[in-house]
Amino acid sequence: MLTETRVASQIELYGLMASFRQPEPLLAAARRAHSEGYRHLDAYTPMPVEGLADAIGFRSNAVSRFVFCAGLTGAAGGFGLMYWISVIAYPHIVAGRPLNSWPAYIPITFECMVLLACFTAVIGMLAMNGLPQPYHPVFNVDSFERASRDRFFLCIEASDPAFDPVRTRRFLEQLDPEEVMEVAP
Amino acid sequence: MTPDALLALWERWSRIAGVAGIVLSLVGFLINREQFLRSYLFAYIYWTGMGIGCLGILLLHHTVGGKWGLVIRRFLEAGARTLPFMAVLVIPVLMGLSILYPWARPDAAQDPAIRSKTAYLNVPFFVLRTVLYFAIWTVYARLLSKRSEEHDLTGDDRLIRHMRALSAPGLVVFVLTATFAFIDWVMSLEPEWFSTIYGVMFLVGQVLQAFALTIALLAVLSRFAPFDKYLTAQHFHDLGNLVFAFTVLWAYLSFSQFLIIWAGNLPEEIPWYLRRLGPGWGAVAVFLVLFHFAFPFLVLLQRTVKRRATLLLKICVLMIFVRMVDVYWLVEPAFYPSRISVRWVDLATVLAVGGIWLSLFFWQLRTRPLLPMRDRRLEEAPRETVAF
Repeated sequence: MLTETRVASQIELYGLMASFRQPEPLLAAARRAHSEGYRHLDAYTPMPVEGLADAIGFRSNAVSRFVFCAGLTGAAGGFGLMYWISVIAYPHIVAGRPLNSWPAYIPITFECMVLLACFTAVIGMLAMNGLPQPYHPVFNVDSFERASRDRFFLCIEASDPAFDPVRTRRFLEQLDPEEVMEVAP
Repeated sequence: MTPDALLALWERWSRIAGVAGIVLSLVGFLINREQFLRSYLFAYIYWTGMGIGCLGILLLHHTVGGKWGLVIRRFLEAGARTLPFMAVLVIPVLMGLSILYPWARPDAAQDPAIRSKTAYLNVPFFVLRTVLYFAIWTVYARLLSKRSEEHDLTGDDRLIRHMRALSAPGLVVFVLTATFAFIDWVMSLEPEWFSTIYGVMFLVGQVLQAFALTIALLAVLSRFAPFDKYLTAQHFHDLGNLVFAFTVLWAYLSFSQFLIIWAGNLPEEIPWYLRRLGPGWGAVAVFLVLFHFAFPFLVLLQRTVKRRATLLLKICVLMIFVRMVDVYWLVEPAFYPSRISVRWVDLATVLAVGGIWLSLFFWQLRTRPLLPMRDRRLEEAPRETVAF
């Protein structure tokens, strides 16, 4: 027992990973792990699993809020730009209409909103999920390639305050996984 | 209370409301026949639109096969089956053609703008077209309902493929017939005016109100069997996204029409908007921009609203109401071009036609199980969307 603890702690670990053959046990395991207090955990599946994001404690997505603000900024900017051009910078009467002919500004306003919102969505998504990422420790596990085929993985990361190499391994093993593997950093 | 008892209760209320509305409308008819017809047309277009919208969503659901459609399919089928009955209710409009439509009046031939259109806008052809629209819609409503009922008994999956094969071309036929129907029934009230986007704009609005009604009903019934066993938050999320999409599409089409006509500023096109932005009507237009688009748009952007049945229900009730305002704003300025004029007969006819439509709808709804139980797709929840 004592030696086991020492050996495990001597090897630097990224985390422990359990593999499952079906999505349902993974979902149950993720719920258990979250209720046990683990927070630094991630699940890897070959297809979307209903409720999994919820189970690992994913609550809300900050990207959507950034996108909303960017959309508002884009709309205000687009409208402001059109207003500045037509009313302040180049005040020309066209077709007898008032200078501030706002219906004509709407398409540009809409396009600027979409432009800024889309850029923010793509760049914000990449910035916040850490992609592109040329190296990730989970690929050190040999069988992990099956995450894109027919296996479901749950990884509890060593950075979790509740993580303990021995206790976490024992916890994962009682969840009835196919296998529990150490993930080298 | 079981859902069937609840539906029976609503059917009875609808029937009572309908009878009260009919009595009031009759009084209105005796006092002023012209005003009665003007109000009746508005109420008729709004409530028939519910049935037309239901048929459209039903065809769409069978074509694309989304799991959101399974939980509201029986509502849609019941709504579509009201159409043959609504064909009977069009008779007052057909009898009053010369009162409602300028092109049907004896002096129409003197107007050069109308004279050039008489090959299309004449009474016999108008009646023939209306009969044809209802015949086509009734055939589709019947074919799809019948196969759906058969599937309840046999569980034969070939019927699902059969319904899809019917619906894909049916969607094309449906959009064309509905476009022509709204051009005939509403656009031709101002026969000198035309807009090519009009049919789709009207149709999208009616699909939106049918979505609002069926989703509201689903939200109310969601805690009863058999819905409680199958409904997930994701079902409401998908349906909420559809309401959102059709709200935006309505705004997009309405604004496109406005922008093009405003930019062109042509004497034969712009009066349509001058009437609808005049005293009183302009305030209604602002109300529509705010509550038919801006408010539901901002609220439905939020994921939590779409996933919670009680919140989505409130938005759907709002949409059911603002759709009525929109139809009013599209129809009535043809009769009251200089300023808005809301009459009590407007409410009486809405009550009359609405009571009839709803009692037909609930009656039809109660004749079948509330969910297509033998459809295996019902067991699987729709795929989760994480972000949107």
